Amino acid sequence: MSPHPTPHPSLPTPSHTIGPFYGHALPFPEGGQVAPAGHPGAINVHGYVYDGDGAPIPDALIEFWQAGPDGAFPQVPGSMRRDPSTGGFVGRDGVHFTGFGRLPTDKDGHYALRTLPPGAPDVPYISVCVFARGLTHHLYTRVYFPENGEDALLASLTPQRRGTLVADPEPNGTYRFDIHLQGDEETVFLAFD
Amino acid sequence: MTTQEEITAEIVEIRGQYEKGLADGAPVEHHARRFYPPYRSSILRSPKQPLVAVGGDPELVELRSPAFGHQDITEVDNDLTLQHRGEPIGERITVTGRLLDREGRPVRGQLIEVWQANAAGRYAHLREQHPAPLDPNFTGVGRTLTDDEGRYEFITVKPGAYPWGNHTNAWRPAHIHFSVFGTAFTQRLITQMYFPADPLFAYDPILQSVTDHAARERLIAAYDHDLSKPEWSMGYRWDIVLDGPSATWIEEGR
Repeated sequence: MSPHPTPHPSLPTPSHTIGPFYGHALPFPEGGQVAPAGHPGAINVHGYVYDGDGAPIPDALIEFWQAGPDGAFPQVPGSMRRDPSTGGFVGRDGVHFTGFGRLPTDKDGHYALRTLPPGAPDVPYISVCVFARGLTHHLYTRVYFPENGEDALLASLTPQRRGTLVADPEPNGTYRFDIHLQGDEETVFLAFD
Repeated sequence: MTTQEEITAEIVEIRGQYEKGLADGAPVEHHARRFYPPYRSSILRSPKQPLVAVGGDPELVELRSPAFGHQDITEVDNDLTLQHRGEPIGERITVTGRLLDREGRPVRGQLIEVWQANAAGRYAHLREQHPAPLDPNFTGVGRTLTDDEGRYEFITVKPGAYPWGNHTNAWRPAHIHFSVFGTAFTQRLITQMYFPADPLFAYDPILQSVTDHAARERLIAAYDHDLSKPEWSMGYRWDIVLDGPSATWIEEGR
């Protein structure tokens, strides 16, 4: 085989469910501690993931990706730094902002992310990718913040649907953002095709 | 509880509807169905509303992707047989291939994570308690970064089939879970790689949730004798093609 095969259009590898047994493989310590340690501008985004019966989902995995407060997209590795002597994790370095978080939901279906407020695009948001047993294909959504107004996507939605993308403010720099995979309060999920 | 016969009948009916639709001009489905009742867990966990399309804006957050580097990986992360004091039980295999985009271009320097059951079909996960032995020398977790040609390689043992609770006598075909990042968050992929000619394929509602035959084939690695090493290991080849737009895609005016 040539070391440089000629590129040609290819059909995509199909997606599959993450299944129930990813817990020893994908979550990592400080996966939800995206804000640098002690940063005074850190915010909390937390909530529950629910199924179509309104039951909390205890085995979802959520990923978060965002710009920093300066609007730049971090190209900083180190979200899941490792210890070369033990093979374990050493955590983030506490200084750099990678813009990436990963959290499994707990037994109550709850997650809690500590991050910095995104500074881009004009109406900033945190991109969210949801995986779970039963989800054959991951789902994308976004966390918007009520103080930042609306972009074209939010403006295109009915008020009820729009509300599923906008976090509810709580005291102490905390926002509540629940994810409903199905049902009357079903979250708006996005396609990028 | 539901029998395999009932599940198989549902699988066959949906596949028949899909193939009739194809013959009538419906589009090919390259991915799994989100709502696929034979896979019972999908019934309450798949959205009922259509996805909302966003695109055409090169400033989308989702067209960028987080960075991972050598500090996120250890030297033995891609060799699942070296992570304990002893060697794991099982058939030693190499799984290698290339990570590509829809244009066939290599996707370089991106993180691939894998996890799998041991040779007896048991995951090193506390909630997995079916009566197959754990292997003290096998965790079944690996990571690597793709090289400049988009290549990856894992050394591991072939996972066993295992039972699950979807219906009575449900067994998953042997598979390795893959989690892959691309140059855009839109290209994120979690999937499963299967081994050739597994007799469980037809019974498995997770594989069959991909209704298109050619798409299912893209989840099955090829046995490659040139990758097998004498007196040592068997070789499998599996290329991964990421879907979804990326920044380069938009910049090039597609």
